[in-house]
Amino acid sequence: MTGLPEPTVPRLRPGVRLTSDPARGELALLPERVVVLNDTAAAVLAHCDGTASVTRIVERLGQDYDGVRTEDVCELLLRLAERRVVDLDG
Amino acid sequence: MAEPAVAAPLGMLIELTHRCPLHCPYCSNPLELAARSAELSREQWLDILTQARELGVVQMHFSGGEPLARPDLPDLVGHARQLGAYVNLVTSGVGLTAERARDLAERGVDHVQLSLQDADPESGDRIAGARVHAAKLKAAEAVTAAGLPLTVNVVLHRGNIDRVERIVDLAVSLGADRIELANTQYYGWGLRNRAALMPTAGQLAAARDAVRRVRERHAGGPDLVYVAADYYDDRPKPCMDGWGSTQLTVTPTGDVLPCPAAYAITTLPTENVLRSPLAEIWYASRAFNAYRGTGWMRDPCRTCPERHTDHGGCRCQAFQLTGDAAATDPACGLSPHRNLVDAALAEVTDGPAPAFVPRVPVAP
Repeated sequence: MTGLPEPTVPRLRPGVRLTSDPARGELALLPERVVVLNDTAAAVLAHCDGTASVTRIVERLGQDYDGVRTEDVCELLLRLAERRVVDLDG
Repeated sequence: MAEPAVAAPLGMLIELTHRCPLHCPYCSNPLELAARSAELSREQWLDILTQARELGVVQMHFSGGEPLARPDLPDLVGHARQLGAYVNLVTSGVGLTAERARDLAERGVDHVQLSLQDADPESGDRIAGARVHAAKLKAAEAVTAAGLPLTVNVVLHRGNIDRVERIVDLAVSLGADRIELANTQYYGWGLRNRAALMPTAGQLAAARDAVRRVRERHAGGPDLVYVAADYYDDRPKPCMDGWGSTQLTVTPTGDVLPCPAAYAITTLPTENVLRSPLAEIWYASRAFNAYRGTGWMRDPCRTCPERHTDHGGCRCQAFQLTGDAAATDPACGLSPHRNLVDAALAEVTDGPAPAFVPRVPVAP
């Protein structure tokens, strides 16, 4: 794996909620911010249920999409962690 | 270059009431507060929340005054959440018992912002003008016990800024996920107390060092947001994400404002949601269109490379200090009115600060 130690179990940070909006698509709602998610980010976050490890998330994404690469998912999760959408500890 | 089309708003600040058990000297609400009898009804608020969601609002910030002073708060929160909005409660914590916090969490509050005046109980009570510090610590406990994420908000000024480090330690011990330390912004009642609240340059420098130290000590801990003191900066704070760009405010009487402080701009017509639909106010009103984009700007903003990020600074501050809301924010070093800000700073000395005037509350 590239970028994240195994087993990393990503979860939404406290106070973060996902929603969809007819005008804007998929959104992550944070205490003071709204993050508009692209399709990839929305698909990854939909699998961040607090129990699935990154490996498991990549497997699940692979069932729906072609060419899912672990390093891309890790990079995306790191970016979402920086924006305080997800926690990556533990 | 053509101005981009107006996008729908993301967030709405809901000022349910001006009533508040606290009398903070930096209160940014207007000098004239709305009486209880002038407040919108539960039914009117329910309709406004529905209109807001239809307009595109996904974040609803329930504030005031003290929103807990409204007995219909649980109903309004429940409605906002049913509409799919993110529900943020902005409170002093006074009256927020464990039971009420649990009920509000069940109804759909997503997040609580709790104000704290100081780490020192006596000073906290003095600033709030009421014995509330201990109740606030209990309220924080009630919030986290209800499983709600907590932001601790602290307004910094001459009387508490020396204790930034202790304030952050206290907020961390209360279980805050987020800590917002914001230097006072001078609007409404707060502008009246400017001389008493303005920190010295030395205090600010020490506070910046203290923030650096606590960031290191609590690395990996809560999100720590520090809002600098614009009077001491060379560039203004941005006008939100731009005037009429992502946020709107509805006051206790239904006035609809582009910014919570925009009541100060008396040259703009006052829009009210009892007279016009929220969508019409957002898209078509003169008040919301007045400072959208960059077309309204004059020099030095008009040609400034920073005009798309700071939007000329704060329109409300420009109006309050110069009488012209289209002027460059005087906090900007490029403003021809910077002398107004410098004159206020020149009055700040290391001697004892002048006494502040506690907020006069809503008449009963």
